[in-house]
Amino acid sequence: MSATIVRLKASITLPVEAESLSPDRFAGLRQEEVAALPILYGRRWLTLGDLFEVEGDGSEEIVLEGDLRHVKRIGQRMSRGRINVHGDVGMHLGAEMRGGEIIVHGNVDAWAGAQMAGGLLRVHGNAGPMLGAAYPGETRGMRGGVILVEGDAGPRAGERMRRGLIVVRGNLGAFAGVRMIAGSIVVFGTLGARAGAGMKRGTIVALGGLTDGLLPTFRYACAYRPTFLCFYLRRLRGWGLPVTPEQIEGVFHRYTGDITTLGKGEILVYDQRERAS
Amino acid sequence: MRINGVEIEDTFAEAFKMWGTRLIITAINRQWAQTAAQATTGFATSVIGCGCEAGIERELPPEETPDGRPGISVLFFVTSRKQMEKQLLLRVGQGVMTCPTTACYSGLSAEEHVDVGGKLRYFGDGFQSSKRLEGRRLWRIPVMEGEFLIDERFGIQKAVGGGNFLILGKSVETALAAAEAAVAAMREVEGVVMPFPGGIVRSGSKVGSRYKFLTASTNTAYCPTLRGQVESALPEGVNAVLEIVVNGLTEDAVREAMRVGIEAACRSGIMRISAGNYGGTLGQYQIPLRELWQ
Repeated sequence: MSATIVRLKASITLPVEAESLSPDRFAGLRQEEVAALPILYGRRWLTLGDLFEVEGDGSEEIVLEGDLRHVKRIGQRMSRGRINVHGDVGMHLGAEMRGGEIIVHGNVDAWAGAQMAGGLLRVHGNAGPMLGAAYPGETRGMRGGVILVEGDAGPRAGERMRRGLIVVRGNLGAFAGVRMIAGSIVVFGTLGARAGAGMKRGTIVALGGLTDGLLPTFRYACAYRPTFLCFYLRRLRGWGLPVTPEQIEGVFHRYTGDITTLGKGEILVYDQRERAS
Repeated sequence: MRINGVEIEDTFAEAFKMWGTRLIITAINRQWAQTAAQATTGFATSVIGCGCEAGIERELPPEETPDGRPGISVLFFVTSRKQMEKQLLLRVGQGVMTCPTTACYSGLSAEEHVDVGGKLRYFGDGFQSSKRLEGRRLWRIPVMEGEFLIDERFGIQKAVGGGNFLILGKSVETALAAAEAAVAAMREVEGVVMPFPGGIVRSGSKVGSRYKFLTASTNTAYCPTLRGQVESALPEGVNAVLEIVVNGLTEDAVREAMRVGIEAACRSGIMRISAGNYGGTLGQYQIPLRELWQ
């Protein structure tokens, strides 16, 4: 089945709420039915065809083109299929998605993958704040699936994360994994300040060092080679991330916390001196 | 039928339905992976006496293991799912978890599973933690040297146990050399193990005994020392018999292992290749020796 191509007709400045841009909504529809799907433009309800050119019948593979920085909620709650985005994307991309894949050849705004439960979200650019986080008032953020960011990610990534994996190839902002319940965050660049504040369980892996040390509520445990990381890092290499043999076989310093809560979380800091020796 | 001048008797091996699984044991180097594999598959020659039958399948290079470290794949065979879980809990808990630097992974993608890491995790006394990636859950159990990593569930599948053949030789030396050659060839076949010491059995058994408390006893018809006292199955000139028992994840794997093993065993000093069976009354599989080449 060929992909459905959806192209923005002209640049927009008003926000667009476009949760209908989802393989679950497109599948099985004819081209004119796809164009008739509702979207919210500012405070007015329009059809998809009013703002976008649609090529092809609806399918489980969608290609999005254009400046989509003001288009929000793309792929929200999607459970299958694939969305390929060529350009920057607005907030809430793939929020609460349960399956399928979203590949972005550009940057994504805040709340990408928020409360995501399954599937793969891959961003070849940078990600904004609250990546894979919980919405205000919610008790759990990301609860499954994988988020891969090739660039940097903003603050509060993985807030209240319950399960799943967030990988950031660049640097990660402050408060990563704040109030984390479980799950894993891996950062190849530097890990921002106050990482893991209030975390109960879960793992934060810093391969590129720390921006501003760790909170005093994390206690040093030991230097060791976590076998599970060998397993994880090899999988990340399979996804095309730049994992070196030294990192796979490397020594990590384990800090546990946050002792203001349960204290069973961990931050693993790669020992670069050990690598050099 | 003859191979290299050795007679292949017109008989069949009788094999049984079993449950099988594959474990991948890794460690910091191949020596420690081997040590753990030997410990966990030790004393596992027969389900009757040991609860399970197990053996080392092959060495795995680092690129073939889940964590990129040297590894060993081992196969376990039991008679029931329940017994599989019991045996793996005991043997992985005592033979792998105790061994420095090891980790243990499921090596079989199967529809049915037994819970191993999910139960061994309690050794962590509340400090165990799990990692889940792409539907696979691994348990991290803190130990004095670091962490023991183990899959939560291990895939199991229906398998075949008790494939066998007998090597009838002129002497112990010739029979043993042929059996060693056979085992070496059979170890190249994927999905099989020969669970007896060195892959070879000298104490083959028959069903029943003159003693009521024994269900099996020595295979008198194949004991050369009893040739004058019982109805012997040994042709003239045979002075030693060795058996090779093979268990496999599939019947095809067992047949292939038997085929290559017999071919390797047919050498000078061997007079006949036979097979052990119970007249077809006990096993679910009959593997005629001569059909292995059809």
